[in-house]
Amino acid sequence: MSGAGDGPAERMVSVNGSPCRIWEKGRGEPVFYLAGLAGLPRWTGFLDALAEHRRVVAPSLPGFPGGLGHDRLDSPLDWIAATLDLLEAAGMDGADLIGASVGGTLAAEVAALAPGLVRRLVLIAPFGLYDESVPPTDVWAQRPGAEAALLCHDPAAFEAFVAPPEGADPGEWSIARTRAAEAAARLLWPLADTRLERRLHRLRAPTLLLWGAADRILAPAYAARFDRAIAGRTEVVVLPGAGHLADLEAGPAAAAAALRWLS
Amino acid sequence: MKLMWFHLMPYMALPEDFRQRHPSVWVDISRDLFDPAQAHRMYNEFIDELEYAAQVGFDAVCVNEHHANGYGLMPSPNLIAAALSRRVSDAAICVMGNSLALYNPPTRVAEEMAMIDCISGGRLIAGFPVGTPMDTCYAYGQNPSQLRARYLEAHDLVVQAWTRREPFAFNGRFNQLRYVNIWPSPLQQPHPPIWIPGGGSVETWQWCAAQDYVYSYLSYFGYQAGRQTMAGFWREMDRLGKDRNPYRAGFLQFVGVARTRAEAEKLYREPAEYFYGRCLHVDARFANPPGYVSEATLRAKVRSQISQAAAASALPSGFGSGGGPSFEEIIAKGYVIIGSPDEVAEKLKEVANELNVGHLMLLLQFGNMARDLAFENTRLFAEEVLPQVRGQFDGEWEDRWWPKPLARERRAVPSVPAWEAAQ
Repeated sequence: MSGAGDGPAERMVSVNGSPCRIWEKGRGEPVFYLAGLAGLPRWTGFLDALAEHRRVVAPSLPGFPGGLGHDRLDSPLDWIAATLDLLEAAGMDGADLIGASVGGTLAAEVAALAPGLVRRLVLIAPFGLYDESVPPTDVWAQRPGAEAALLCHDPAAFEAFVAPPEGADPGEWSIARTRAAEAAARLLWPLADTRLERRLHRLRAPTLLLWGAADRILAPAYAARFDRAIAGRTEVVVLPGAGHLADLEAGPAAAAAALRWLS
Repeated sequence: MKLMWFHLMPYMALPEDFRQRHPSVWVDISRDLFDPAQAHRMYNEFIDELEYAAQVGFDAVCVNEHHANGYGLMPSPNLIAAALSRRVSDAAICVMGNSLALYNPPTRVAEEMAMIDCISGGRLIAGFPVGTPMDTCYAYGQNPSQLRARYLEAHDLVVQAWTRREPFAFNGRFNQLRYVNIWPSPLQQPHPPIWIPGGGSVETWQWCAAQDYVYSYLSYFGYQAGRQTMAGFWREMDRLGKDRNPYRAGFLQFVGVARTRAEAEKLYREPAEYFYGRCLHVDARFANPPGYVSEATLRAKVRSQISQAAAASALPSGFGSGGGPSFEEIIAKGYVIIGSPDEVAEKLKEVANELNVGHLMLLLQFGNMARDLAFENTRLFAEEVLPQVRGQFDGEWEDRWWPKPLARERRAVPSVPAWEAAQ
C-alpha cells in the first residue's frame, strides 16, 4: 500500500449476491468514500490523511477493484439500489459521505433519494450532468496510452496508482482494470448523462464540491452547474495542479478541505 | 461448394491523401468527403454488379451492415436486399446481416427479413452479427457492457417472432412487448437459415454449434490469416461432437481474375491498395470499448500468451492507422488471391479444402474497382473458375443451411403493362 502507515483492514460484503470489498482505516466518527473511474486499486494518501482524524470506510462499487456484479446492473436505478445496498452493508446509517467521479454521481443520487443516510456530502468532480457547450470527454474513445494524461494532471500519479503491486498476476490485474472501465461505461455510456440533474433539487445535505483545476474530463464549469442545482448549502473549492482524480493528485489539500467541511 | 458474391459497397472516391489527412474511415469520417451525386452513381453500379453476379450463376449475392463507414455504404443492407429480391433468379440473398442489438424493438428485423423472404420467394439467408465496436458502440451508441446480452435476447425474440403461431408477450431483460405478432411471416419454414458472422471467439463457435447455425469468418486478411481461426473452429466442433460438414462454415476471400497473372497484377493493384490503404484506416480510439470483448475471451487470450496489447483490442489486427500495405505484401500474405482462372481455381480448391469451408464468400469488387472491371472479374470467375470449384464436397456432405425457395414455376414474375406517355 502506498501512503503512510499500515494499510486498511479488509472485509467482504455481498451486494446482489456478488462480493464487494470494504476497506477501513482510522478511528473516530465514520466517513464513507466511493472512488472514481479506476476505483481503488490501492489505498491512497488522501484516505490516509482522512484516517488521521476519522474512521474511513471505502466500499468498492460493483465491477471496480475488489467488487463484482456490475453485469447485473442495467439502469441508473439498478446502480443506485446497489449503492444503497453496499453502503448499508458497510454499516452506513446517517454519516458523512465522499464520492469522487463515478462514485460522486452515485453519492449524489443516494443523498438525493435517501436523505436519512447521508449527513454531509463531499463531491469530487462527480459525473452525471451534461453540458453541450463543454461535453464530458469521451474516456472510452482514446488512443492507447492516453488515459494517464487524461485522468491526472501529472500522468505519473495515475501510472503509480494503477501499477500492479509486487506479486500480482499481471494478466488478472489488467483484466481487473478493464473491468473497472467497463463498470464505469456500463453506468455512463455514451454521454455520461445519467439525468441526475432531475433529482438534485432533492439533495438537501450540505455539499462541498471539490474540483481539479486541470480536470480534462469534466471541465470545472460543471462545479457551477452542480452548485446551482443542489438544493442544500454548497461551496465550491477548486484544487490547483490537479486533474479529474483530484483527491489522488492533491491529497492533502483535498483532505483538508473535506475535513473542514465535515467537522 | 457454394460460391457467393459479396459486396461491401465501398465509397470509391476517398482522396489519395486520405490516410495523411483524416484520422479514420469509420465513426468520425468527414461528411465533406461524401458526394451524394457520386454516391447515386456508385449505388446503382453496385446493384448492377450484384444483379449481374446473380445472373451469371453465383449461388448467392451477399450484403452487409456498417454505419458511418467509408468502405461500407450499407447502413441498411435490407434496402439493397429488397431491391435484389425483385429480380427473378435462383441466387440466394444473403444479408450478412443485421446487428440485432441495434434495433428497437428487434422485431423490426424479424419483419423486414420476413418481407425480403416473401418478396424473393424464400431465398433469404438471415445473418446476425453482433457488429463491430465502431458500428455498434460508437456509431450507434450501444453500451459495450450490455451489447452481447442485448444481442442474445434480440435473437431469441426474432426467432420466437418467426416461429410462434399465436401473438405472445415477450418480457425480456431489455425488451418488453405486450403483443408480438409479425405480419408477414417468413416464407421459409420454420424460418430462413441463420448464419453468424464472427471474428474468432470460442463463445461464438459454441453458440453456433448449440443452435446449429453457420459460422462465417469474415476477415479481410485472407486464407493465410484464416487458417488458425478455422482450425480452432473445427477443433471446437470435434470437441463438441459435431461432424466436420464444411457447410457449417463460411469464409470471405478477395479475388481478382484475369487472362494471365501479369495482367491480374496490373488490373488489381490499384483497387487492392485503395482498400487496404484507405478503407481500413481506422482510428485506434474506436478499437476498444470496455466490455465489448467478454472477460472470458480476454482471459483466454491472456492465457494463450497473445500479447496483452493484442488481447485488449477488439479491432482485428490489420486495421490501423499505420502505413497501408503494398500490393506485393497484399498478394504475398494472401489477402487477395489473383491470377489466371486456372491459378485462382487451384488456389480456391486448396483454400476450401484446407479450411474445410463449404460457403466461399467472394469479394470480386473491392476498393475503387470500376464497374467494368468488376463485371469482367465476375464474368471470368463465373465462366472459368466457378465450374472448376463448384463440385468440391459434392456427394460427401449435405448443405442443411441453404435457403429452400418456392419452386421456380410458383414464383411471381415482375410484370407491369407497357405504357407510353402521351407527348
